[in-house]
Amino acid sequence: MEPADTVQATEHEVRTTTPHRGRWARHPSPKEYIRIAIVLALVTAAEVAVYYIEGVADFLIPLLFLFAVIKFSLVAMWFMHLRFDSRTYARFFVLGIAGAVTLYIAVLLMFRTFAT
Amino acid sequence: MASVSVPADGRTGGLLRRPTATTGLWSWVTTVDHKKIGVLYGVTAFLFFIVGGTEALLIRLQLAQPEQGLLSPSVYNEIFTMHGITMVFLVVMPLSAAFINYLVPLMIGARDVAFPRLNAFSYWAFLFAGIFIYSSWFLGGAPNGGWFGYAPNAVLDPTRGMTFYAIGLLIAGVASTVSAINIAVTILNMRAPGMTLFRMPVFVWMSLVVQFLLAFSLPIITVALFQLLFDKRFGTHFFDSVAGGDPVLWQHLFWLFGHPEVYILILPAMGIVSEILPTFARKPLFGYQFVVFSGIAIGFIGFGVWVHHMYAVGLGPIANTAFGISTIIIAVPTGVKIFNWLGTMWKGDLTFPTPMLFAVGFVAMFVIGGLSGVTHSVVPSDYQQTDTYYIVAHFHYVLFGGAIFGLFAGLYYWWPKVFGRMLNDTLGKVSFWLMLIGFNLTFGPMHVLGLQGMPRRIQTYPEELGLAFWNLVSTVGAFLIALSVLVFLVNVAITRRKPRVAQADPWDARTLEWLTSSPPPEHNFDEIPTVHALDEAWHRKYVETEPGRVVPVPAGGSGTEAPHAGEHSIHMPSPSYFPLVASVGILLLGYGIIFGWLLAAAGAVVLLAGVYGWALEPSAE
Amino acid sequence: MQEQVGIHVYESEHEATSTGLPNTKLAMWLFLASDVLLFGALITSYVVYRGRSVVGPYPNDVFDIPYTSVSSFVLLASSLTMVLALAAIQRGDLGRMRLWLLATALLGMTFVGGQVYEFTTFYEEGLSLTTNVFGTTFYVLTGFHGAHVTIGILMLLTLFTLSFGGKVGQKDAMSVELVGLYWHFVDIVWIVIFTVVYLIPTGP
Repeated sequence: MEPADTVQATEHEVRTTTPHRGRWARHPSPKEYIRIAIVLALVTAAEVAVYYIEGVADFLIPLLFLFAVIKFSLVAMWFMHLRFDSRTYARFFVLGIAGAVTLYIAVLLMFRTFAT
Repeated sequence: MASVSVPADGRTGGLLRRPTATTGLWSWVTTVDHKKIGVLYGVTAFLFFIVGGTEALLIRLQLAQPEQGLLSPSVYNEIFTMHGITMVFLVVMPLSAAFINYLVPLMIGARDVAFPRLNAFSYWAFLFAGIFIYSSWFLGGAPNGGWFGYAPNAVLDPTRGMTFYAIGLLIAGVASTVSAINIAVTILNMRAPGMTLFRMPVFVWMSLVVQFLLAFSLPIITVALFQLLFDKRFGTHFFDSVAGGDPVLWQHLFWLFGHPEVYILILPAMGIVSEILPTFARKPLFGYQFVVFSGIAIGFIGFGVWVHHMYAVGLGPIANTAFGISTIIIAVPTGVKIFNWLGTMWKGDLTFPTPMLFAVGFVAMFVIGGLSGVTHSVVPSDYQQTDTYYIVAHFHYVLFGGAIFGLFAGLYYWWPKVFGRMLNDTLGKVSFWLMLIGFNLTFGPMHVLGLQGMPRRIQTYPEELGLAFWNLVSTVGAFLIALSVLVFLVNVAITRRKPRVAQADPWDARTLEWLTSSPPPEHNFDEIPTVHALDEAWHRKYVETEPGRVVPVPAGGSGTEAPHAGEHSIHMPSPSYFPLVASVGILLLGYGIIFGWLLAAAGAVVLLAGVYGWALEPSAE
Repeated sequence: MQEQVGIHVYESEHEATSTGLPNTKLAMWLFLASDVLLFGALITSYVVYRGRSVVGPYPNDVFDIPYTSVSSFVLLASSLTMVLALAAIQRGDLGRMRLWLLATALLGMTFVGGQVYEFTTFYEEGLSLTTNVFGTTFYVLTGFHGAHVTIGILMLLTLFTLSFGGKVGQKDAMSVELVGLYWHFVDIVWIVIFTVVYLIPTGP
């Protein structure tokens, strides 16, 4: 069913007319995926490192959140393909995340979780 | 005439033959047709309505006079708990689902929903959830901690009741969650050519908002119910203050779901009324876009008001004030809808057959309920009202006077479409007036009782409090409601005997389902209509010659779409056993959590078998 | 493996639907959005009760950060193998797809195995489901996550098995994509759990 030439396609990108953000329906190559994975591993290593480093203790929580957000975004945008797909999927996901974050922070506030 | 292909002799995984029946009892058991599933939901929900109504009558009998012992305190707790659970989860939600299932595909010009087998699964899971919860009466006691199941009472209660509550609602929650995803995808993805989002009927819009409310609120109560279940079954400490837990966590998680839930309960009825009023005013809905946007706004803001159920918990003035403000704000989009409905009726060519009576009744009763709701939003005022009968009055005005009236309006309105017969209008009117009077007699006095200090959820009250008179009036009203329901049932029975001769469009209505025959063929439309405007069906019948002057289109009539002699066959999704099998697995799993891991394991195996069979079977053969 | 940049893969994103998007993928994303609220409630319950246990063991008594970081690496690696499996099937390479699917499932099983070992150790150190609110909230949160991973492993092994019967071909790249989305989501949830539960410091 698939034209045989798609398997042997070479370096150049192929334009399609899909409803993707007005861009080409590009998919990352395996090499790009591996690069992303390496970054994820490095960030994880950094997370563990800052956990132990005394010097950054004051910034620990914001740093850890930053790292988590970076990893989350890399997986969502590249591995889950949101960067290249229709915006609708991202909108659903963001709706869920924004809703969850808002509601649950409200709950945490009412439990005085952040009070000192 | 397009022919529908029904699978001849498919085998499922080499084991079971694929079911093929399209008529008869077995066809109902294996159906994946949204119309049959809608009818199943409707009939089942109505049976539960009668059960829940009986529970209500028992409550009213017990409270008719002070210091009675008709129901002992522990039985009373079970009765009012089951009444609430039944009406919310086993009546209004599935009755709404009946309409959504039946009508949404027709209204958007589709042949079925996106995932027909998943649709069937949702129905069976709902049915089994109801059976499961009700079986508790015979298996150790019914739920008795209120429909809201507050901890620590729900945890510490020594009977099995609240365990049945937790598991039963989890099963129902699964049914509704998958249904939400199914219907949302259907509405977004399966609209007829030309039907943009803003050419969809308001009922479809409200249904869409409801699916998102379900998808985002059900997971929260899922967690809460698991936590309750684990506290009861495994001794965890989620709500155990001795161990550092906090019963208030339950309240937050419950009401984070519970408040969107009430909008889930009312929006479909609002959608129904938004379809009926224009038909019997012979005018388009006033302010369509405002009605749609306010529905969306209600959905959003509905997630931001839950603490108004918790004003008296002691969360502090900041929390209470913030949520008081958000609760006041949500009255605005609701009010917008009311004014648009009034604007629809204003200077319309009004007639008042039964569906219209119920629709107008909805508007009036909902306004009353909404006004009492606004009084609750003000924190100091709610301190006096909370946990009194004033609150009971409020939510019955919006849920009965609102949702139930709206759903009855829908029943009378779409009955000819679904069953091919018109319900008798005289009996309908009798039923309506009995219900309106009975309803107001039942719940009107509760405002007074509440302000006089009658607390909620009490099995009896002392003579000296002077509450007897209005309680008696309320009980009389309840029996009038029962009588009105009886009249409705008589109407249904005699209508069944009439010949099936209803026209496609007996009300001269505006939306696509009226283009099909009554009832529609299995495939809904011989040819999917192309949509050019909002109220497409109306525009095919009528043309505006000059502003306001509407003239029938000469060559068109309000009849069935002329069948085209297309030779292509329409492939409909095939019936399947597996949704039922998977549901049975879940039911066994549910019992197994209470009665033993062997049963649970059996349930898990059946569930897996059902899921795998389903995944490996093609959706159509 | 030859570098293949920007290949035109089998595109399923122009379906005959109103949005042009496939029903199943739209459904999966909506499901994942809803699952965010599920895990959000569990994580919130954990955070609310952090520091409120009346008796030990407490988090610092039992957590072994190096051990759990290895677990995290394993799960992240499985996301890589998952997306490589998808890339393979999208260019029609059934053999590579099988390899990477199996690898993903094995890494997933390693993760779950690691969790089981971790929990057994905690249990031996005195932390059970009912010991205190830490045990309650911790085990239920990570247990729900582990259950999600297990279901994912089942789906991966099913796809793997079906691919031998000629039942999964390039046109079925969608099935692999859907399982992949679920799998990555489960990985994302772990990223949050690892940070919030293990790394963010807690008092007794």
